[in-house]
Amino acid sequence: MAEILVLVDHADSDVKKVTLELLTLARRLGEPSAVFVGNGFDSAKDRLAEYGAAKVYVADGDDMSSYLVGPSVDVLAKVLEDAGSVAAVLLSSGAEGKEIAGRLAIRTGSGLITDATDVTSSGDGLLAEQQVFGGSTVVRSRVTTGTPIITLRPNSTAPEAASAGADRVDVTVELSDAAKGARITDRVVEEKGERPDLSGAAIVVSGGRGVGSGENFSVIEALADALGAAVGASRAVTDAGWYPHQHQVGQTGKTVSPQLYIAAGISGAIQHRAGMQTSKTIVAVNKDPEAPIFELVDFGVVGDLHQVLPALTDEVTKRKA
Amino acid sequence: MNIVVCVKQVPDTWSEKKLDPADNTLDRGATDPVMNEMDEYAVEEALRLQEASGGEVTVLCMGPESATETVRKALSMGADKAIHVLDPGLHGSDAVATSLALAKAVGTTSYDLVLLGSESSDARMSVLPAMLAERLGIPQLTFAKEVTVDGSAVKIKRLTDDGYQAVEAQLPAVVSVVEKINEPRYPSFKGIMAAKKKPVETLSLGDLGIEAGDVGLGGAWSAVESFEAAPPRQAGTIVKDEGDGAAKLAEFLASKKFI
Ligand SMILES: Cc1cc2nc3c(=O)[nH]c(=O)nc-3n(C[C@H](O)[C@H](O)[C@H](O)COP(=O)(O)OP(=O)(O)OC[C@H]3O[C@@H](n4cnc5c(N)ncnc54)[C@H](O)[C@@H]3O)c2cc1C
Ligand SMILES: Nc1ncnc2c1ncn2[C@@H]1O[C@H](COP(=O)(O)O)[C@@H](O)[C@H]1O
Repeated sequence: MAEILVLVDHADSDVKKVTLELLTLARRLGEPSAVFVGNGFDSAKDRLAEYGAAKVYVADGDDMSSYLVGPSVDVLAKVLEDAGSVAAVLLSSGAEGKEIAGRLAIRTGSGLITDATDVTSSGDGLLAEQQVFGGSTVVRSRVTTGTPIITLRPNSTAPEAASAGADRVDVTVELSDAAKGARITDRVVEEKGERPDLSGAAIVVSGGRGVGSGENFSVIEALADALGAAVGASRAVTDAGWYPHQHQVGQTGKTVSPQLYIAAGISGAIQHRAGMQTSKTIVAVNKDPEAPIFELVDFGVVGDLHQVLPALTDEVTKRKA
Repeated sequence: MNIVVCVKQVPDTWSEKKLDPADNTLDRGATDPVMNEMDEYAVEEALRLQEASGGEVTVLCMGPESATETVRKALSMGADKAIHVLDPGLHGSDAVATSLALAKAVGTTSYDLVLLGSESSDARMSVLPAMLAERLGIPQLTFAKEVTVDGSAVKIKRLTDDGYQAVEAQLPAVVSVVEKINEPRYPSFKGIMAAKKKPVETLSLGDLGIEAGDVGLGGAWSAVESFEAAPPRQAGTIVKDEGDGAAKLAEFLASKKFI
């Protein structure tokens, strides 16, 4: 079976859920091999084995994480060159995954498809499905030149375990000058709580200007905690400094596609919708019955979020007990 | 310091976007064109860097005839001159081809910094800045919420999922900006008048030494096979809270097995 490369998305060897999704998808298309760039393979190995990586190409060393994007491009290009016939390279549709994919496409003369929501075998190739224009149009495309390089949105495939060896194959690369152009001199984590990561969360509870203040965001957090959800925010909120920017959902924030998205006090501006419109189930609480967010919802409550949310939190806690 | 700033003309975010069934490309006739919002921030940053350290700001835009409006807008904000890459053969270009045309056009100038927006509102790929850096063989500093140039070094704060990274490189470099970086100025009346006299160089594929087969629909390395309207969302249930809104919502969530 043809080999499918999956670039492992990890932070200090902590493998992100999207990688497990990509491995699951890769198993439907061929034989999945993971590519691990950076230190920490030993602690990641079990997860990769559990989700079916037959082989793991490993390129470690401090240099691999000292530069932006470039090292992963060099490593993937080398693996492609050495491995011979690879049917596709799958990456996560995060900022970095897409940049790596873009550069790899040019380096290897390969076509690129970003933000796919599914990939299937079709004819003698792969067909990628994308949802464009805020989810209003479904597009199916295929790569016609080189090795298909495809980035997938988190939450597009449900991860399923299937054990395999995750056998280590060392990759030795001398980083190119291009890879060492942009040096990362500092990493600042502005806030990292106990809540799930926004991009991969199954449930997201987001607050907008209607929440009223930074302190009031506790009503959003309380509901999120009751549901085991991540916290999101509109730009009005992050601009006002009520909540950190990394929680912003929308065109210039994160694109999320959870099973359930709850928007409270958010009007539903086009730029906000761009980041959440493909969520499976959408719920809104807004006191204005004319708010455009109601055009998208599966269930909407016209009312004051300061009344509805705390009552809902109690109800959820009660039912879960 | 000479700066090239890339701006794209896109359909207005509010207008409904459609694909043209004739060739599966964006139906640009169906929408009102504007400058990609994020690129206004790139133009603003270019002007601020120029105010601090001199040099020239060149606008670069690849797009159809109508994109001259976007070029004019960037000039009226204060850029010095412009390059408009215009050729019927470019219609239907994918990101790979667009990055080729932009790289060739950047190559006709003497530049220290290439500034871009971090995402176009229609393609939403966020890959061009990285691809352009790859083609030009210079460092990429992308998703910047802050840019500083210090002699021959450029430093940015790159927005990440959980905070930011400090990234630095030597000039020349490619930098893409996010909208947190500044507040774009409005063109002044004087700026609008001055823009009419600023030089705009129009370059064709031939001028750039690009083979027609390498760009446009025919040169794309990926192809749309089919498209269709997504199944419309079922109209949802909307209730007015009369003290029982939370209970009804909880009932709905339970019916979907979320609780
Ligand atoms: C280049 C660009 C990029 C952008 N990117 C993004 C982005 O990534 N993400 C994003 O979100 N926005 C983005 N925006 C901004 C966007 O256009 C909107 O301004 C923003 O989404 C509005 O946020 P909001 O819905 O919280 O606020 P508003 O539009 O002010 O809406 C507040 C809502 O709360 C309701 N409300 C008020 N009080 C209550 C209450 N007590 N109970 C219930 N409901 C209440 C009101 O009825 C109203 O509908 C961008 C804009 C630009 C120009
Ligand atoms: N046709 C174009 N002409 C000039 N600049 C462009 C063009 N397409 C994209 N760009 C630049 O690339 C950035 C990212 O675009 P994208 O990768 O399409 O999301 C935009 O914000 C622009 O600065």
